[in-house]
Amino acid sequence: MSGVWTALMGLGGVLAQHVILAACAIGLGIAVALPLAVWASRSQAVSRAALGFASLVQTIPALALLALFFPILLSLRAVFGEDLPTLGFLPALLALALYALLPILRNAVTAQANLDPGVIEAADGVGMNFWQRLRLVEAPLTAPYIMAGIRTAAVWTIGAATLSTTIGQPSLGDPIFAGLQTQNWSLVLAGCIASAGLAIIADALLGTIEAGFRHRDRRLWLGGAIAVAIGVAAAFVSQVDWSRDDGRDTVVIGTKQFSEQLILGRLVGAQLEQAGYNVEYREGLGSAVVAQAVADGSIDLYFDYTGTIWANQMKRTDNPGRDAMYDAIRKWEREVQGSRVLGKLGFENAYAFAMREDRADELGIRTIEDLARAAPRLVAGGDPEWFERPEWFAVRDAYGLKFANQRNFSPTFMYDALRSSEADVITAYTSDGRIAADRLRVLEDPREALPSYDTLIILSPERANDERLINALRPLLGTINVEAMREANFSVDRTDGEKKTPQEAARWLAEEVGLE
Amino acid sequence: MAASLTFDSVTKRYDTTEALAGIDLTIEAGSFVALVGASGSGKSTLLKTINRLVEPTTGRVLLDDEDVTTRDATAMRRQMGYVFQRIGLFPHMRVGENIAIGPRLVGDNLSRERIGELLELVDLDPAMASRLPEELSGGQQQRVGVARALAGDPDLLLMDEPFGALDPVTRDALGTRVRDLHDRLELTTLMVTHDMAEALILADRVLVMDAGKIVADETPQALASGGGGEVAQGLVAVPRHQAERLKELER
Repeated sequence: MSGVWTALMGLGGVLAQHVILAACAIGLGIAVALPLAVWASRSQAVSRAALGFASLVQTIPALALLALFFPILLSLRAVFGEDLPTLGFLPALLALALYALLPILRNAVTAQANLDPGVIEAADGVGMNFWQRLRLVEAPLTAPYIMAGIRTAAVWTIGAATLSTTIGQPSLGDPIFAGLQTQNWSLVLAGCIASAGLAIIADALLGTIEAGFRHRDRRLWLGGAIAVAIGVAAAFVSQVDWSRDDGRDTVVIGTKQFSEQLILGRLVGAQLEQAGYNVEYREGLGSAVVAQAVADGSIDLYFDYTGTIWANQMKRTDNPGRDAMYDAIRKWEREVQGSRVLGKLGFENAYAFAMREDRADELGIRTIEDLARAAPRLVAGGDPEWFERPEWFAVRDAYGLKFANQRNFSPTFMYDALRSSEADVITAYTSDGRIAADRLRVLEDPREALPSYDTLIILSPERANDERLINALRPLLGTINVEAMREANFSVDRTDGEKKTPQEAARWLAEEVGLE
Repeated sequence: MAASLTFDSVTKRYDTTEALAGIDLTIEAGSFVALVGASGSGKSTLLKTINRLVEPTTGRVLLDDEDVTTRDATAMRRQMGYVFQRIGLFPHMRVGENIAIGPRLVGDNLSRERIGELLELVDLDPAMASRLPEELSGGQQQRVGVARALAGDPDLLLMDEPFGALDPVTRDALGTRVRDLHDRLELTTLMVTHDMAEALILADRVLVMDAGKIVADETPQALASGGGGEVAQGLVAVPRHQAERLKELER
């Protein structure tokens, strides 16, 4: 439990970011919902359209809604220019505000519709105009119901805001996603406790305001409102950078969601700090998001693999061999994306089929050709992307693979699935420490159907010719061998007492490959 | 100065039904007129064309010889008293605030004394000003409704089934009080009711409506002595019959 406590104490920064994000989203939701509700109360058509739209939004999973704002904002750059951010605060704010809309709107419209018609007739009868009726009669009478809607919206938004980590906005999702990735359950628990606690506190305070409105008790609602305001203000104040601007350049490093990326991010970050840079991390980004983010400058650099770029971004399905692929990628990044491939880090993280040694022996499998023969009786496990990737189609067609069943696992759980025989064979990654730790057999690929996956550093267009940054990064190229990377990965992924954080593993790795 | 009203070929059509089928009518300043008829006869609709809660399909309503549509509806309503069956006190405002709402809309603050006076006009204790509507009985609430209607010193008092939800004793007392105020404050009063007895007792002139038309326009005396035609006499028959039964019981 002390691990959870320590993790909780380290959440101040993301907690503040979480509060700011949720408060802004709810505020924006209110700012849109209330005028819309007033309009809806005057027009049946508007009421139906607004409620229909809000309900529709609500059916989209929060994670998908957040992800959708990336392409939406990207296309909006045609209107608002290239400075429109596509990752981080803005898309998270917009998606969450949209999510907060429904409960506020629905309660406001319902409360309005259920107002005593006699009261409305009286308001008109005594000669109130539109604004007087709204201010003197409708607003005070519907306020408790609207507040109840805001309360619901707040609880939803605070929960859903944890998902904004995936689009590069720091939140209480950071410890949850990082902990899930590295099987650090203290971190996951700490993130959940903080997020749930925040939701409970917000619910209680907003509930106080609601009760104040309901009983027309000014002290009660004013007290609740002041407490909310203090909480939000404290979050803002804590995020103001009081240190004077030190004139240091800030580099934003983006990483994908798995341990190796987190370790590389911290390794490079430490090197850059030594070289006099400020470093910010956008950790846990989706694979496609991170590639686009570097191209549009939302992040300055990230790490990718030749085979991933080849298949995912260039949509190539052929396999011209390691060097030809690398040259084609450098050219494509330069000409199409405007990004710069700085070079290879030295190790490869390729897809490979892996099986438990005992099971492979039992079935007599050493190569993918052997696997193809046994496949109709076997269950294959892959990460959520694998069975959609061209590498899978290529290797499937090259060997005629046809499994009895195919299952998706998050990369972390894939190895557990192998251990518990939920899968007979998985698509492992060659730099994964668990291959050695679990003594897995990596199947040979005699037909060379699986492409190469050299690890690259890629710079955004703005940094493509930044000589100072390039000089700071160049010593890293070609230094990291796959054995060292495996060990570093395993030190983060292991679940016993020897477990390291990505930062600790990065420090170890730097020492191991002689970088300090 | 009491107000006069003229209706000039006023019609009101809802999709398929004709609520008002061409009303021509003049109401002199200072008169107390009752509009009587069955449900759906158009009497409420006619009343509401005056304060523009209902806009006529065709025709004009003149208030002191001025077309009501040429005036700002909200400003005009503030100079008319309006009392209706559902009462419509604002539940979040105290009785005093409810009474003072009309003047407040134009920036006048009614003094406590004035609010007390208005409460006394409708036979309520001035101390009630600080109560909330929900603490009052139905009869007390409608008395407040009447006080609210009178707060802006109106020339015209419009009442739509004002006593419909009240018990008979309260109804009689408040009706008498309103007739008394009509005379004292020199108002023009229009009262919609489905109760012919109430109309006969309180009004100077009784209009009977049926299917969007005025089918009788008589004094209470003329109606009581058999005038006004079939529909009107159908309505007069009810209280007459009741009175005869009562007399029989006395014997």
